[in-house]
Amino acid sequence: MARVRLLDIAHARSGDKGDCANIGLIALKPEHYPVLVAQVTTERVKEHFREICRGRVERFELPNLHALNFLLHEALDGGGTVSLRTDAQGKTLSAALLRMEVDL
Amino acid sequence: MIRIANAQGFWGDSLEAPLEQLRGGPIDYLTLDYLAEVTMSILQKQYSRDPQAGYARDFPQMIERAAKDIVERGVKVVANAGGVNPETCGEAVAAALARAGYKGRLKIGVVTGDNILPRLDGLLARGVELRNLDTGEPLSTVRSRVRSANVYLGAFPIAEALDQGARIVVTGRCSDVALSLGPAIHEFQWARDEWDKLAAGVVGGHVIECGAQATGGNCQVDWETMPDFAGIGYPILEAEPDGRCAITKHAGTGGRVTVAGVTEQLVYEIGDPRAYITPDVIADFTSLQIEQAGPDRVRLWGMRGRPATDFYKVSISYSAGFKAVGTLTYGWPDAYKKAKMADQILRTRLERLGLQFDAISSEYVGANACHGEALSGEPSPDLAEVTWRVGVRGQDAAAIERFTRELAPLALNGPPVVTYPSGGKPKVEEVVAYWPALIPKNEVAATVKVAVKVA
Repeated sequence: MARVRLLDIAHARSGDKGDCANIGLIALKPEHYPVLVAQVTTERVKEHFREICRGRVERFELPNLHALNFLLHEALDGGGTVSLRTDAQGKTLSAALLRMEVDL
Repeated sequence: MIRIANAQGFWGDSLEAPLEQLRGGPIDYLTLDYLAEVTMSILQKQYSRDPQAGYARDFPQMIERAAKDIVERGVKVVANAGGVNPETCGEAVAAALARAGYKGRLKIGVVTGDNILPRLDGLLARGVELRNLDTGEPLSTVRSRVRSANVYLGAFPIAEALDQGARIVVTGRCSDVALSLGPAIHEFQWARDEWDKLAAGVVGGHVIECGAQATGGNCQVDWETMPDFAGIGYPILEAEPDGRCAITKHAGTGGRVTVAGVTEQLVYEIGDPRAYITPDVIADFTSLQIEQAGPDRVRLWGMRGRPATDFYKVSISYSAGFKAVGTLTYGWPDAYKKAKMADQILRTRLERLGLQFDAISSEYVGANACHGEALSGEPSPDLAEVTWRVGVRGQDAAAIERFTRELAPLALNGPPVVTYPSGGKPKVEEVVAYWPALIPKNEVAATVKVAVKVA
């Protein structure tokens, strides 16, 4: 078994809707999709973003695209126009998720 | 099959993309998105000062530049450039065509009815509470501070304008995907209950609505080898009458259309993928199939849809206080440590001054501003520089103004090796916040007006 970063087996894109950030996480190869489903759980993502996300984390599965979609509620300091953050729209959170490690 | 080309993913996108889409090869429709959430409140402010303003002035300017190509190539244009004043935008388009030598040559369609700001009190009085979708609070709690209120209309008014012969359609607020779904409904005469076809149009529209994000822009896969970013092609949706579609771009342009890039865009800014709610249909993003069908060509099929809800979404903006953000940059050695110390000094001074804020935010750009301390790890003492970015937000404009005077002194009376940006002290800005709500569809009527010369 090997410990790898999600960066090595997945790619992602993130954006905003109000104070909620979404991160779409996509397996680079179909065989890695089950790894994402099994290990990138809402609990782990909530813990991963504990400094950024103050609300709950939701997860949705898109097996047709070998992708997961995460919603991080209360993650943008009030949302795009209110937020004082550099990344007020959560655009870089995609890569932040790819820092997470999983077992292959 | 029809070709729908997107040439603008947001207001501020490439000024050349519309011309490149028109001239780079065959297209039937050109769509442009001008309206982000913040845009409506800015346009409303402009309109309240000048009743001839309140729309995207870039749009008639683009029409004037591109008039020859639009007229002679027979391309139809759909844009939500109308902002809070679509009628005047339509007149400006007519004037732009006239200036380009095509006076009275094209019918212009104008879609209105999305702007409910003038009707707000009547709606509230009748019990339409416009409760905040996130917090559940009724709009009455912030009524006096409301700046703009616009319904996201669907695609059928756009299709109706095209049915009536419009060659350029100007709307106010509508769903982003309506700009390309409208043309598909018009061309294929899709019915209001052909849910799978409407969902297919929504999916295709969603892929192209953010411009070059569908053609290699912002794509994490193989970005270093992306062909000709500087000449990146914008996306073209090839829509079929039965709902199948393909995403492509003009030959010879930069970027690339791949399953990886299109998939990133499919999952961009969505919620529950089984229920992507639009005014016209609920699309199921878990039903679609995707494949690379050739170089720079991705095929999508199998989209499923369900009946739309009885509500439109409303985007309301309201004034929510003030904010200011400033920066100082600290250099090696120990740049991060110096910036942290400056932050402590500032916070102590703000406290001694007795200033109250709703929020103070401190970030260390170059060390951990985007991903936070927990994920970024301990910053190296050898970082070449760190930019300390500090902001405050609150209801008291005077307190925010006072804050903006506290940064510059730190360049002389705080930690060493620091440079202050040449732009001067931070600006105090009004905070405009968003209030998403729902409104019953029977409370809203879209109006479609098509004429050679508007007004």
